[in-house]
Amino acid sequence: MTSPLRLCVRRRPAGGGEGPDIIVSLSVPSDVGCIEEAVALVARHCFAGASVAERMRFRLQVALSEALANAILRGNREDATKRAAVRVELAADVIRVHVTDEGSGFDPRAVPEPLGPDGIQGAGGRGLFLIRKLVDAVEFNDRGNSICMTLRRR
Amino acid sequence: MAFTQSRQENGVVVVRSDGQLIVGNRHELKELVQGALAAGDRRFVLDFSHTGYIDSSGLGALVTVARQVRELGGEMRLAGLNDDLRSLFELTKLDTLFAIADSPAQALAGF
Repeated sequence: MTSPLRLCVRRRPAGGGEGPDIIVSLSVPSDVGCIEEAVALVARHCFAGASVAERMRFRLQVALSEALANAILRGNREDATKRAAVRVELAADVIRVHVTDEGSGFDPRAVPEPLGPDGIQGAGGRGLFLIRKLVDAVEFNDRGNSICMTLRRR
Repeated sequence: MAFTQSRQENGVVVVRSDGQLIVGNRHELKELVQGALAAGDRRFVLDFSHTGYIDSSGLGALVTVARQVRELGGEMRLAGLNDDLRSLFELTKLDTLFAIADSPAQALAGF
């Protein structure tokens, strides 16, 4: 079966100026069944040939899985005509992961922390909280339909 | 199949999670545990020794099935979480909600 994911990898030529060394772009259909394969593909490209701590791979996998789930379920509302776009910028000391959906966006400041008694026993509401805890920096665009997660290699 | 179940001699159901427990397969785990509950099982060990990562939907599924098990007078224990997986439970304070054992053998002891 052909994969419904569309992948593009661009490498900066040696001595080719500033910017990330590698840019990985991935287009993901609005189907949560595709998330595991998308995360595996990105992780493979981020860590190919690199001796990184397993901890960093874990953080990236969980954070990207969360961001894609938010994009597909809340942003695109599982609309089969819409896709989520992943763009990963790889440099020597840092990985930046952008996930953008085709929804109208949301206000990340309005999302409550899930650590109160009701939050702990609730079935949902932990996604953004987990992302913030696992990566080094989180930013959103003004519209609120694109998240940028920064992980520093330690 | 990401989840497999086996029944111990003492009646405890061990559910093994292979790969990931995430938004794409969380319903599979819920259906498996709910099926066992409907069949009369009440004691569960969830074995994460072979799990790569869990997302918030997976954590939510665990909260849901644990509540259903408790409401029927049963008990669910988690086992085999490595340091990374355990950190997810600590960050979300879910380590206060679940009985977490180092290994399936330890979870089964005295169950």
